[in-house]
Amino acid sequence: MRTHTSTDARGRQTGRRHPLASIALITIGLLSTGGAYALMTTTASAETSVATQQSVNEGQKIFAANCATCHGMTASGTKDGPSLYGVGAASVDFQMGTGRMPLAYQGPQGAQKPLQFTQEQIDDVAAYIASLAPGPAVPDEKYLAGDADVALGGQLFRTNCAMCHNVAGAGGALTEGKFAPSLKGVEARHIYEAMVTGPQNMPVFSDSNLSPQDKADIISFLKFQNQHASPGGVDLGGLGPVSEGLFIWIFGLGAIVGVTIWITARPN
Amino acid sequence: MTTAQDTTTTKSPVAAPTRGSRFTGAVANYLDERTSISGITKELGRKIFPDHWSFMLGEVALYSFIAILLSGTFLTFFFEPTMTQVHYEGSYVGLKGIEMSAAYASTLDISFDIRGGLLMRQVHHWAALLFVAAIGLHMLRVFFNGSFKKPRELNWVIGFVLFILAMGEGFTGYSLPDDLLSGNGLRIIDGMVKGIPLAGTWISYLLFGGEFPGTAIVPRLYSLHILLLPAILVAALGLHLLLMVINKHTQYAGPGRTNDNVVGVPIMPNFAAKAGGFFFVVFGVIVLISSFFTINPIWNYGPYDPSPISAGTQPDWYIGFADGGLRLVPPGLEFVLWGHTWSFNIILPLIVLGLFIVLVAIYPFLEAWITGDKREHHITERPRNAPTRTAIGAAGVTFYAVLWAAAASDILATHFHLTIEAVTHSLQALLILGPIIAYLIAKRVCLALQKKDREIALHGYESGRMIRLPGGEYHEVHQPLDDYERWRLVDYVDYKPLMIRPDARGRISPVQRVRAVLSRWFFEDRISPATRAELESGEGHH
Amino acid sequence: MAQHDGDKATAAGSELEAVSPRTVSTGTAVATTGGAFENPGMPPHSPRATDLDPRKDKTAERRVGLLFLFSIVGSVFAIVAYIIFPIVPGDLSSVRVNNMLLGVGISVALLAIGLGAIYWAKNLMKDGEWEEHRHPTRGSEDTRAAAVEVFTLGNEESGFGRRSLIRNSLIGALVVSPLPAVVMFRDLAPAADPVALLKETLWEKDVRLMRDPANTPVKASEVTLGSVFQIIPENLAGREDFLEQKAKAAVLLMRLKPEDLHVSPERADWNYQGIVAYSKICTHVGCPVALAEQHTHHLLCPCHQSQFDISHEAKVIFGPAKRPLPQLPITVDAQGYLVARSGFHEPVGPSFWERS
Repeated sequence: MRTHTSTDARGRQTGRRHPLASIALITIGLLSTGGAYALMTTTASAETSVATQQSVNEGQKIFAANCATCHGMTASGTKDGPSLYGVGAASVDFQMGTGRMPLAYQGPQGAQKPLQFTQEQIDDVAAYIASLAPGPAVPDEKYLAGDADVALGGQLFRTNCAMCHNVAGAGGALTEGKFAPSLKGVEARHIYEAMVTGPQNMPVFSDSNLSPQDKADIISFLKFQNQHASPGGVDLGGLGPVSEGLFIWIFGLGAIVGVTIWITARPN
Repeated sequence: MTTAQDTTTTKSPVAAPTRGSRFTGAVANYLDERTSISGITKELGRKIFPDHWSFMLGEVALYSFIAILLSGTFLTFFFEPTMTQVHYEGSYVGLKGIEMSAAYASTLDISFDIRGGLLMRQVHHWAALLFVAAIGLHMLRVFFNGSFKKPRELNWVIGFVLFILAMGEGFTGYSLPDDLLSGNGLRIIDGMVKGIPLAGTWISYLLFGGEFPGTAIVPRLYSLHILLLPAILVAALGLHLLLMVINKHTQYAGPGRTNDNVVGVPIMPNFAAKAGGFFFVVFGVIVLISSFFTINPIWNYGPYDPSPISAGTQPDWYIGFADGGLRLVPPGLEFVLWGHTWSFNIILPLIVLGLFIVLVAIYPFLEAWITGDKREHHITERPRNAPTRTAIGAAGVTFYAVLWAAAASDILATHFHLTIEAVTHSLQALLILGPIIAYLIAKRVCLALQKKDREIALHGYESGRMIRLPGGEYHEVHQPLDDYERWRLVDYVDYKPLMIRPDARGRISPVQRVRAVLSRWFFEDRISPATRAELESGEGHH
Repeated sequence: MAQHDGDKATAAGSELEAVSPRTVSTGTAVATTGGAFENPGMPPHSPRATDLDPRKDKTAERRVGLLFLFSIVGSVFAIVAYIIFPIVPGDLSSVRVNNMLLGVGISVALLAIGLGAIYWAKNLMKDGEWEEHRHPTRGSEDTRAAAVEVFTLGNEESGFGRRSLIRNSLIGALVVSPLPAVVMFRDLAPAADPVALLKETLWEKDVRLMRDPANTPVKASEVTLGSVFQIIPENLAGREDFLEQKAKAAVLLMRLKPEDLHVSPERADWNYQGIVAYSKICTHVGCPVALAEQHTHHLLCPCHQSQFDISHEAKVIFGPAKRPLPQLPITVDAQGYLVARSGFHEPVGPSFWERS
């Protein structure tokens, strides 16, 4: 018993990780707290300057016609919708780009709908909102390619995301009718924007919490999961033991009971 | 009867012994001279088994168990039941370089680096789910048929033990891969054990070999999973089958069937061919499911780590009722009394589930005591002919089903766009009301069906053909039953409620009174089978 | 086939209970309605198509043979699939193909044998219904008497009943003999006292809050409004009881607007400018309560749906848990990193008997 634990101990001197991995992680962490943050703010300001005044004006018009009822004419918020100061272009791109905004009805949670605007219109509104106050910008393409560290991304995903979205990204229930949506087929850009902006009741994963590289890892992991069909066959929705149990009762036992009836039926 | 065989016997006339038959004869002789096997063959070879689809459910369980044993043996060749930490260097990219236990790493290797390993894992797991499901359905069949009555009460209990063992096997197996799902399952077990008054802390400490999760639980569960539990299971299974042979199988009421005979097909060759063939079919269906449907994709869950958790963390279906019990506990049931913590939010479900399970186990004895019937019964009852028992069964099934549904409350909420709070509250109400409603409905349905049977036995089927009588009255012609069909409908035991009678000393004990009340509850509402006298007196009407 | 005597068939008139003297206890009556029907006996037998038509018989025979041959094809296919569709390391689709084709081959092999055998039994083996007599389960009176005799002789010859010293001391010895086995269970766990272990975590004064899994310290300024950090203690890394300690020490870190926080006076300095840290381990049965909602400030346990309100010191607002999640008092050190002000003031995780 005792000797057993001591052999285990040797195997576990470093806890769950290899010491080199820790160093690598610390480096990434430092990057996230320092350099990456600077990088991020510069990209944000660059974005604002690039957006032309014409685009901002166009965006303001679309905003006034479609969004102002709830968010107010100056986007400062009303009792029906929050202020949009500082939410940034990323938030607009996510909310409108996934069809969540404009809301169809007031409910526990805005639902995904078919898009109501072209990407150009969304970009205009994003430019307008970004012009009001600095906020997270639309992410850089280099974080969205899905070529980062899949295994590390998986670990980050399980620690920070799987509790709500499920390990297979199948989604899950929250309180009072809210839910974490399925991540299957969601564009990398929208996943990144959701992490940065924390839409609805999702927490914000700022760059000081998950660095852009961490986010790229998570996106790579999700892409990896999406790209590969389950090696075992049909995944039954990735819902785990509940769908497996229903399947064996209905189809497994159902088929076999069918066979028993055939066995005991008398041929003509 | 004898006419049917002629065509077949003429095709295979008994010829002079061929080489093959001489060889068979020699082998048989060799064996018999050393084992007396001819006696056993003579006794059992032509034993009769009644033929009904619902009598094959136990076989499904047996055959899935064989599939489990075969695939499980394959898995033991590769599985490494230790929690030593290793770095994964196998071929699954999603976990490359991640630190994990050897148990989890070897399960990944079985899945991704050994040809057919994933298939065997899936066969093992699907067969396990089917095993417990088949046992459950078999138990329901036996219950609703009243096939647990004397002389089969003990075999019911053995079957019940098998059910518990199967769940134990299932849970220990579920925990072995040491992935995030099973680790959190073990964490729930640890939390439940700690909630047991007095000894909980120590039981958990001893079980896990220290604090949760420790490094001992996987090898310990492995010993239980592949050695102790299967050994007990096989022994109990042998006993179960032995008693079945001794008691002989029950049969449905029918013409020529009596309480003193068993009508069906002989083991050699007909039953053996059907049952043997059925084994291959069950095994084949399991392998077919395993080739096309993923089960427990452990690679998604990642290695166990005490901090993460996945939405939709659920146990396998057969443990669901216990998880549901934990979810449906009313809020606030934890108190400090006499300097100790009483976690009724754990103890209460344990007590309720424990009572439920004990009731299932002892039901045959309860019913036997209430009816006072000590005779042997070999005719299976149709559920409708025992309305109160069927109603009790329906209530029990509903109770179990609500607990089971509760284990998926979060998935119910997301898939039906409900709030999790509403689902929980509804299921809490349903846990109490559901069984009552199910009881009342089932009882009424049984009585109505019995009435219909009586009607049909006396007046025949409605033919749907209308005729007009000379007086102008319209009348539907009833198709009368032949004696064979009628017998199926009228051959059942008709109990009357117990009459309290004083014992030898002229007293009526309180126990007798309770029994009389229960007996009245059981048999007050009843429909007696139709009689010949009724048929004859009633024939004038139609 | 001998027809059974049908009129004895009702349960009341069965031969089986005639041999048992006490079949129905006092007071219980089984209704015996006068003029019950009589068992009509075995119905006439109707032959199958294969019994009547030799051609159909031959067809059926061929079908069974074909099925068995088809099974061989399945087995061979499985072997071929095993060899020509190997697993390519790193290629998940090769695993899928291997699983599927090998499985299909094996299932065809098995199903064809099964279906063939059943088809054979149903259509070609001798058809009909056989009858076997049931004997009462209870042994005959002679057998029972003989069995009693065995025990009586055993008792007399050994003196088990007579020699009470031997009997009673043997019973005593047998009762005591399993006790060493029970005692031997003690060393399933180490010598330490579990209660003390359950009451302590790695958190103590000045231990830094680190990100999980990166293991980097967190500055107060980095914890922006609405974010949630998964936290482990600084002194966790490298420990040999890493998992056991992490299982108790995992913490959630959140920042709320100070006006959203309802702080009781004795916990006034437990948060740092609206940044609060709570144990992540559910007080019900110990699942990680990690589902945090940004605007409602509710935490949800995914296992049994207990909900905790962070703005009200993690009190329980729904579900089976009773106690609030324990709060970890925090502050910042000289470099601005978040550190524990002290350890937890109560045991974390599920309740246990010796907790209070």
